Amino acid sequence: MKIRKSTIIVHIIAWSVALIWILPFLGVLMAAIRPFPEILHGWWNFAEFNPSLKNFVEAWSHSSAPLGQGMLNSFLVAIPSTLIPMFVASLTGYGFARFSFPIRDYIFLTVVLIMALPQQMIAVPIFQIMTSLGLVNNYISLILVHSAWGLAWIILFMRNFFLRLPIEIEEAAKVDGASDFKIFYKIVLPMALPALASVAVLQFMWVWNDFFLALILIQSPDKLLATQRIPLMREVHHVDWSVLSAASILVMLVPILIYVLLQKYYIRGMIGWTVKG
Amino acid sequence: MTRRKTITSLKNFPLFFSPAIILIVFFVAYPVLQTVYISFFSPTEEFVGLGNYFDVLSRKEILNVEGFPKWPPLGALIHNLLWILIHLPLSMFSGLVLAVILRDVKGASIVKSAIFLGMVTPLIVGGIILRFTFERGVGIVNAFFNVLGVEQLARTWTAYPETALFALIFGSVWLWTGFSMIIYSAGLATIPKEYYEAAKIDGATPFRTFFRITFPLLKPMTITVVTMTILWELKIFDIVFVATRGGPGWASTVLAYQMWLYAFRDLNFNNAAAVATFLTFLTLFVTIGMIRYMVRR
Repeated sequence: MKIRKSTIIVHIIAWSVALIWILPFLGVLMAAIRPFPEILHGWWNFAEFNPSLKNFVEAWSHSSAPLGQGMLNSFLVAIPSTLIPMFVASLTGYGFARFSFPIRDYIFLTVVLIMALPQQMIAVPIFQIMTSLGLVNNYISLILVHSAWGLAWIILFMRNFFLRLPIEIEEAAKVDGASDFKIFYKIVLPMALPALASVAVLQFMWVWNDFFLALILIQSPDKLLATQRIPLMREVHHVDWSVLSAASILVMLVPILIYVLLQKYYIRGMIGWTVKG
Repeated sequence: MTRRKTITSLKNFPLFFSPAIILIVFFVAYPVLQTVYISFFSPTEEFVGLGNYFDVLSRKEILNVEGFPKWPPLGALIHNLLWILIHLPLSMFSGLVLAVILRDVKGASIVKSAIFLGMVTPLIVGGIILRFTFERGVGIVNAFFNVLGVEQLARTWTAYPETALFALIFGSVWLWTGFSMIIYSAGLATIPKEYYEAAKIDGATPFRTFFRITFPLLKPMTITVVTMTILWELKIFDIVFVATRGGPGWASTVLAYQMWLYAFRDLNFNNAAAVATFLTFLTLFVTIGMIRYMVRR
């Protein structure tokens, strides 16, 4: 087979773009596995090269912002903040897909408007509510806000999924005398597992990656989440880029692993809620 | 739209809807209304109408009229607009080009994953990485400009008012391009092959094929990418917080960051609410544009 010149050019362009895109990540990786003095004149400088995992250990138990604790805290917040809206929004999404009532078609409008809101728009009242409830520095506050905040897109996503499910199975169960909730729980939800996987992947990642809501609601040093500890590792006059890079890699490792392992669901979720509508 | 079959009466309505309604009312709807409400009051709870809005818009960290037409700081509002003007075309165009050329590339999924990595990275970490990349000595951007001999750009970009904002904007192009690439890739997969075969038979050049077939058929994706990207640019916070803290001076501040400063550093909730409401007004403006397009379709 003859290889055309244009094919070669396209390949060169594509692979060079990929290389450029990966360079900053490569830089951070190189900084993370080498002692800081070695990279002072660039991480691409390999005159001395003593790779080790020392920086990761140091970041994990950092003196002012131990990242190990932060990662654990982030899991404590992200897991319930994923499961709660997943279940609540599935109920509602199913309701919108199956019940007949007049305002149903306006749900799309409301949901899209909610998705447009910046988190800054709720920040002050949320802070005030949580202060008066005594829930600042308590993960319950963060979990509740994340759950409510994620509901809109999950409802829309699940509704679109349920609309495509064949209604006949549910009708048969209805004839057999099953209650609405039983039909939902025993029949509909198990059929929705692929959609729920997409929801879980996206929502978990958003909560894990979130910084702003945590910044407002969690302030005591031992309760800070992983993303909150990253800025604290930058000291005013001196930045140890090696430790900071190691910390960065640890925090991004979680979403990257999820993306790599569950890419199919991630992409499906991403495209589902943006393109379909 | 055809009427769908429905199986259930309204008797279980509360079971299916109340948990979501309670959460959204308490933690989204009420806070939003409350923010609008307090934006019309002074800290001493006097009604001041649009006073807070005039107040924040006349501050030089929000709108620095004297700065024109020089370099930043030009004020957070202008910085957000600059962000849109530079970041939107760059990230959209590179995503589109990548999506198109990657159709015929071996190992396209690896290239795509490499570019998409930025979308998965927490923005806090993204901010650290771009700061690192633009740092003198350790960062590769400066080494690059050193090799080119452009001394002025071979320095820590985030430390100078002339370059700080642009470092953040270019860095955010690097983080966000994966979005338009993925959306356009999904769109391209829906275009039937026959269209291209027909174009080939008619002897159309690749450029003509792209502008007459591919791009028009991708219009829904373009609308999505433009809307979501502008929303993302307006909501920028984490990158600014971690990489420059809005500085040096006010040179790289943005509306969302300024709102946080007013609220949680100055403890002026009313001014902060005015900035938040103004920002939301901008995001709704963009979103309503998209909804109108989708409804017309």
